[in-house]
Amino acid sequence: MQQNTGKIVKVSGPVVIAGGLKGAKMYDVVKVSEGKLIGEIIELNEDRATIQVYEETSGIGPGEPVYTTDLPLSVELGPGLIKSIYDGIQRPLDIIFKNEGAFITRGVEAESLNKTKKWDFKPSKKKGEEVSSGDWLGIVQETSIVEHRIMVPIGLQGTIESINEGSFKVTDTIAKIKDKSGKIHDVQMLQKWPVRKMRPYQEKMPPNEPLITGQRVIDTLFTIAKGGTACIPGPFGSGKTVVQHQLSKWCNAEIIVFIGCGERGNEMTDVLLEFPELIDPNSGKPLMERTVLIANTSNMPVAAREASVYTGITIAEYYRDMGYNVALMADSTSRWAEAMREISGRLEEMPGEEGYPAYLGTKIASFYERSGRVKCLSSKEQEATISVIGAVSPPGGDLSEPVTQNTLRTVQVYWSLQDKLAYKRHFPAIDWLKSYSLYLDQLSNFFKDEINKDFINTRIASMSILQEESELEETVRLVGIDALSKIERLTLDTARSIREDFLHQNAFDEIDTYTSMKKQYLMLKLIILFHKKAKKAITEEDISNEQLNQLSVRNKIIRSKFIPEDNLDEFQKIKNEIEKEIESLTSNKVGKDE
Amino acid sequence: MIKEYSTITEVNGPLIIVNKIVNVKYDELVEIELSDGEKRRGQVLEVSEDKAIVQMFEGTTGIDISNTKVRFLGRVLEIPVSTDMLGRIFDGSGRPIDKGPKIIPEKRLDINGSPLNPYARDYPNDFIQTGISSIDVLNTLVRGQKLPIFSGSGLPHAKVASQIARQAKVLGKEESFSVVFAAMGITFEEANFFITDFRRTGAIEKSVMYINLANDPAIERLITPKMALTTAEYLAFEKDMHVLVILTDMTNYCEALREVSAARKEIPGRRGYPGYLYTDLATLYERAGRIKDKKGSITMVPILSMPEDDKTHPIPDLTGYITEGQIILARELHLKGIYPPINVLPSLSRLKDKGIGKEKTREDHSNVMNQLFASYARGKESKELATILGEAALSEEDKKYVKFSDKFEEIFVQQGEDENRDIEKSLGIGWEALAMLPVNELKRIKDEYIKKYLPKSSKNDDNNEDNDNKNEEDKE
Repeated sequence: MQQNTGKIVKVSGPVVIAGGLKGAKMYDVVKVSEGKLIGEIIELNEDRATIQVYEETSGIGPGEPVYTTDLPLSVELGPGLIKSIYDGIQRPLDIIFKNEGAFITRGVEAESLNKTKKWDFKPSKKKGEEVSSGDWLGIVQETSIVEHRIMVPIGLQGTIESINEGSFKVTDTIAKIKDKSGKIHDVQMLQKWPVRKMRPYQEKMPPNEPLITGQRVIDTLFTIAKGGTACIPGPFGSGKTVVQHQLSKWCNAEIIVFIGCGERGNEMTDVLLEFPELIDPNSGKPLMERTVLIANTSNMPVAAREASVYTGITIAEYYRDMGYNVALMADSTSRWAEAMREISGRLEEMPGEEGYPAYLGTKIASFYERSGRVKCLSSKEQEATISVIGAVSPPGGDLSEPVTQNTLRTVQVYWSLQDKLAYKRHFPAIDWLKSYSLYLDQLSNFFKDEINKDFINTRIASMSILQEESELEETVRLVGIDALSKIERLTLDTARSIREDFLHQNAFDEIDTYTSMKKQYLMLKLIILFHKKAKKAITEEDISNEQLNQLSVRNKIIRSKFIPEDNLDEFQKIKNEIEKEIESLTSNKVGKDE
Repeated sequence: MIKEYSTITEVNGPLIIVNKIVNVKYDELVEIELSDGEKRRGQVLEVSEDKAIVQMFEGTTGIDISNTKVRFLGRVLEIPVSTDMLGRIFDGSGRPIDKGPKIIPEKRLDINGSPLNPYARDYPNDFIQTGISSIDVLNTLVRGQKLPIFSGSGLPHAKVASQIARQAKVLGKEESFSVVFAAMGITFEEANFFITDFRRTGAIEKSVMYINLANDPAIERLITPKMALTTAEYLAFEKDMHVLVILTDMTNYCEALREVSAARKEIPGRRGYPGYLYTDLATLYERAGRIKDKKGSITMVPILSMPEDDKTHPIPDLTGYITEGQIILARELHLKGIYPPINVLPSLSRLKDKGIGKEKTREDHSNVMNQLFASYARGKESKELATILGEAALSEEDKKYVKFSDKFEEIFVQQGEDENRDIEKSLGIGWEALAMLPVNELKRIKDEYIKKYLPKSSKNDDNNEDNDNKNEEDKE
């Protein structure tokens, strides 16, 4: 490779300015000083280049060399990504730990993908077949649940000259493809892609299926679609990370990409220890077998944090192109935005709001736009999705700040976390009045056909009870509970039941941590059924609220969350009991009156 | 060879600008010599071809442009470390101030450390018993955690911190334990409190103290916590000790950071603090933890005073986003005379779930904790209602909760400064408080634990309700 060498003229934290870099391109990767620190060109001014360096720059000074690589920041794609843990620029942290010890020293280099491991490649195409970009050439069993589909590299089209079955390293040639001009291209399992460029697809389509997460407040009330976008803003201590972890554990995507962006190191450790142990309810295999982790924790260099979300989404797109449903979690996008602000500040750019760069909104929007349900680039019909869920950490819990506002403008689902709920230990602390999902209409057919005809009505009934509760509480605050009618008091009781017995969900309880859609419907149905019967009993028979609250079936509704998934018949029994017990109240009453 | 420059062109707040320099590196340590022979130290903040911006730790008073000599030392700021540092007191730059001998270093370490590979971390899950009920039961501290105390001026955070330092222990094990203490810009009285308290209890033998007082140079505060943490890392990961690090007061550290940022004319973030405050704090706080295959650990208790008791101020806010929970002290409880005035509702320990339960503390711990939180929150709500509508407007149930929350503060939260409650005792007191509520209100506790742990006397009080439930069950 031809190398062009420049010289450092200025160092200010992670920003280095170098001169003498003729012909360098924007976003090219460079290596700074003899220590070969990795950096990226983010501004060009004649032959001066401003470089953001992905590592600590202490000890670097003017006069030291800068080497160009003439390549944009890219990730390596191929078998071996799953189960890996990478830093923001795709260096494998487990290998670095083995080679360098517990602390990350500067200038460490490690291969993103294992170049010596051999994978069994089974071709699905034959010699002489016509192929185009994105077509599957064959498969590699990457983990027990992920079948890695080796695709024709993007931009290549032609006839297969030769294709080999057998055990290969990722860098070995597995096929030769002749393009129209007659040129023969070697195809390896390993492919590279620049992170800041979206991988192409044929067309985008509106989502039509929910991403089922097993979290009741999310699935039933504020559903996210496969291929959708959601954000979770909340002040610290409101449980953002637990929600993100729950989603990456239980959602029914086939591939999970989890980006720990500028957050706590121990949280990543938690994921690393838990995921290999936990069993995915959809596949029956350890969760780690479908997960890629990107960890650029808060103490790691800030510029690599900026790159980490792009590294993550590019890997997600790669698996999407194979036809998988991918879910990407970014915790937290605020730290990513802060990294942009820090770099922007060092560049002395004119700031927008709160010191954030003026292009913050564009960057956030274009990141979320890389999600979606698409028709893949392939000659056969192939659909796949990427769902993106971003946590936002608004300073002081103030949602008017720029990162939250710009995110809300883009995403379709908003889960509003409230610290007030968290103090009461109501988890997940998602506010039922402020949150919303714009996918509900698009998904209504799915709910009708796959869950129950009555599902949507049940949800609407519960939402209106919760809404009514907030109005009644206002009255109670002003004039006291005695001013309420019996029906209104029933509404308060039912709302409390919805909150405590349905929305409240314990992530650390073995059974409660995941609830299937079917069970969610049955649980909510019980509460609404009780409400309806009770309402009737009150209006027609003048039964008191206390009598209703003392019914033993109340306790069964409370405990219904602990009914195991394989014993859902239990719900029918409770349903019958509700009817029986309320009836016995009213018939007693009738008996007495007579 | 070290070159000497006398080319200072500008002195601006804590910064000096040196011209015509050659071969200077970013972050390099700088020594200047004033015309009267006094030596001070600084650090390169920015370097370009012919000039360097240097931040002076001990201030710029007395520096003159023409006669001051500048030397770039060719290395970053390092401190000598050794196990002999235990029992010693240093100033904010690491010079002994206890009249003891010089430290003979076993090693010199870069105070900035290196980022810990998240893959190398071991998850903190050893319960630390602090002997304070509201921490042990409700906001459990575990080994390797960073749990700050959010306080306000005039609140007894120093007492709480030193009680933790004194009583903290891991159940059933005798291991080498030490305390690293860093004071940044606190008053002589407060520093003296810690020193005397550590001396009184003998804790000083196992402690390393770094003291930067309110009248010491402000910029020096930027290096004090880094020195303390480097020492802690040395003791923990090379000498297998379990180290508790107390940093007080982080607010002063942040203000020093703001001062430097302002002098550099950087674009400020919220309230004038630099945009990189989060990253800067994270590089300190994230140095706590455990490492795979190493015996030692660093547990961190930073103390910060919230300006105007405002939790949304950038310093507590960003701290809360990095640390694994927070202990919040409340003025209201302090005024009621309750010590420790820990406001349990907004306090939180994120790592508690892995550190409690069977074999760690007791099987019922998690249930009791959730029930205490929920019931106390309900009691506080009812109390609020009572202040608006009067006591009479409360339902019978609400009244019980009000009583409960008073009792809870009185017997559970409140305890003596030297009272060291073991976890059994703390849980017992929790049950005692819960016994004031009707049994069927204890929704978050499994029935088997209620049978096993609820004090017997209260079960009789609630006989009626109990029977009712039973009858109904019998019918089925």
